Amino acid sequence: MKLEALTQSIGEWLRGTGPESDIVMSSRVRLARNVAHYPFVSRASEQDRAEIERFLRDRIAGSAVGQDLEYIDVGRLEDIDRQFLVERQLISREHAEAQGARGVAIDRMEQVSLMINEEDHLRIQCMHSGLDLKGVWEQIRAVDDQIEKVVPYAFHPRFGYLTACPTNVGTGIRVSVMLHLPALVITRQIDKVFRSLHKISLAVRGLYGEGSQAMGDFYQISNQTTLGRTEEELVEQVGDVVPVLIDYERRAREFLVRETQQNVHDQVSRAYGILRTAQTISAEETMQLLSRVRMGVLLGLIGDVKIADINSLLVRTQPAHLQKLRGVELDTNDRNIERARYLRQHFEGGEGSRASVN
Amino acid sequence: MKCQHCEKQAVFHITELEAGAVRELHLCEDHARTYLNQSEAAAESAAEDEAEGEPAGGALSGPLGVGQTAEELALLDQRSCSMCGITFFEFRNQGRLGCPHDYVQFEKELEPLIANIHGATEHTGRRPSRSAAGLAEGTEELTAVIGLRQQMKESIACEDYEKAKEHRDAIRVIEDRWLGGGNATKGSA
Ligand SMILES: [Zn+2]
Ligand SMILES: [Zn+2]
Repeated sequence: MKLEALTQSIGEWLRGTGPESDIVMSSRVRLARNVAHYPFVSRASEQDRAEIERFLRDRIAGSAVGQDLEYIDVGRLEDIDRQFLVERQLISREHAEAQGARGVAIDRMEQVSLMINEEDHLRIQCMHSGLDLKGVWEQIRAVDDQIEKVVPYAFHPRFGYLTACPTNVGTGIRVSVMLHLPALVITRQIDKVFRSLHKISLAVRGLYGEGSQAMGDFYQISNQTTLGRTEEELVEQVGDVVPVLIDYERRAREFLVRETQQNVHDQVSRAYGILRTAQTISAEETMQLLSRVRMGVLLGLIGDVKIADINSLLVRTQPAHLQKLRGVELDTNDRNIERARYLRQHFEGGEGSRASVN
Repeated sequence: MKCQHCEKQAVFHITELEAGAVRELHLCEDHARTYLNQSEAAAESAAEDEAEGEPAGGALSGPLGVGQTAEELALLDQRSCSMCGITFFEFRNQGRLGCPHDYVQFEKELEPLIANIHGATEHTGRRPSRSAAGLAEGTEELTAVIGLRQQMKESIACEDYEKAKEHRDAIRVIEDRWLGGGNATKGSA
């Protein structure tokens, strides 16, 4: 089955390559679309949802992009498999937790995913590693063009593409970048940065966190408005602010190395030490520590660890990934023990055994 | 998604506007009831304030922006979409619209809300190309199918099969035109 194959790979967005990938984890664009002839999902009956799912699945399969996509019936998956797709960012948490007929079409590179019956009938998503909003936009626009040829999108001459929530109406576009900003967190400048982002109506969210507290210093910056500007302008709005944030983070990293070298080195080494020796460890702590080690590698304080490996561990130590890798269902306690074992094996086994703390 | 005040599943998703900023609330049934009662109380006191010459504010200046009295709101809340049947009240509670036609049916009411959220009311981005299945003018005609399906169901419920057949045929004509044969709704008339 497709999901088992995914377990062995890591998603495109975690390759750790692409421009500015020391700070920019991934670039993503999503488009919200609805078909004209059915109620929006929250008002659709069970039968409506089944018909919408069948209609979109068939039309997408018959479109020019259909042959590159694999379809997964999300409604029929086990909980753990849905969670697995969420951890890979191929479907949203809301999509995983929704009811009724729904599915997702994914390309082999895990760059493109098309969610059917999320909050809107169709949510097209495209994601690249590193900073590549233009490339992502080009790709998703091409996908949207092909689907539009066979799907009658709900469109209003003045309001644009119609969505279930008025906050998405117009372009239906959400442009976002996932940034790793540990130095801004350590130097306590992050709140200031976020306040200035809010002022120019950009939204900031943490990585997997359900609350407002971002885990592991990973933050997603995205546009808040979707109407009144073109897609290209909105891509630019987010794109323009990224170099500024990269610059802040770089300067904060330089400051840390210059002014507090021993402190930072100590923090990074301790994080690395815990990851290599812990006997039980939570997903949250793992992410926090991996974040610090990632910074350590980038600052040249830890040798022989690859950024791509850390990126991969960030996903593989998530609950569903861990359980699928181990092939058994585990409760929280057992997961924490298994996670610690997985981390120890990883760092002792392969590259990690030769890894040295400088 | 969990309720933001407790561990229960959130079933109400409310979008409020405060000082021009969108606030999303995700609440379980109990907390939603409490919240809505508070809003109503606030609405009443706001209406009272207004009678005493105070500007209305608080919860009422929520989704609708400005200048609505409680009475006007109550009337508006009862209005419903002729296609999917959603009332404006339901939309205000859930923060989610019922169908594409709502943007036509509630255009006047949605406009200030949309202006508040986006600072604009005119889409300037991409449009479905004329050759595409999603021909822009097609939306309204195709969306009418939602209402026809509902009427067909009602006719069947009343055992008026003659009427039901008329509705089914009307649906087929529209779907054939905009969706191209094969993929018509499998309506069980
Ligand atoms: Zn609650
Ligand atoms: Zn409607």
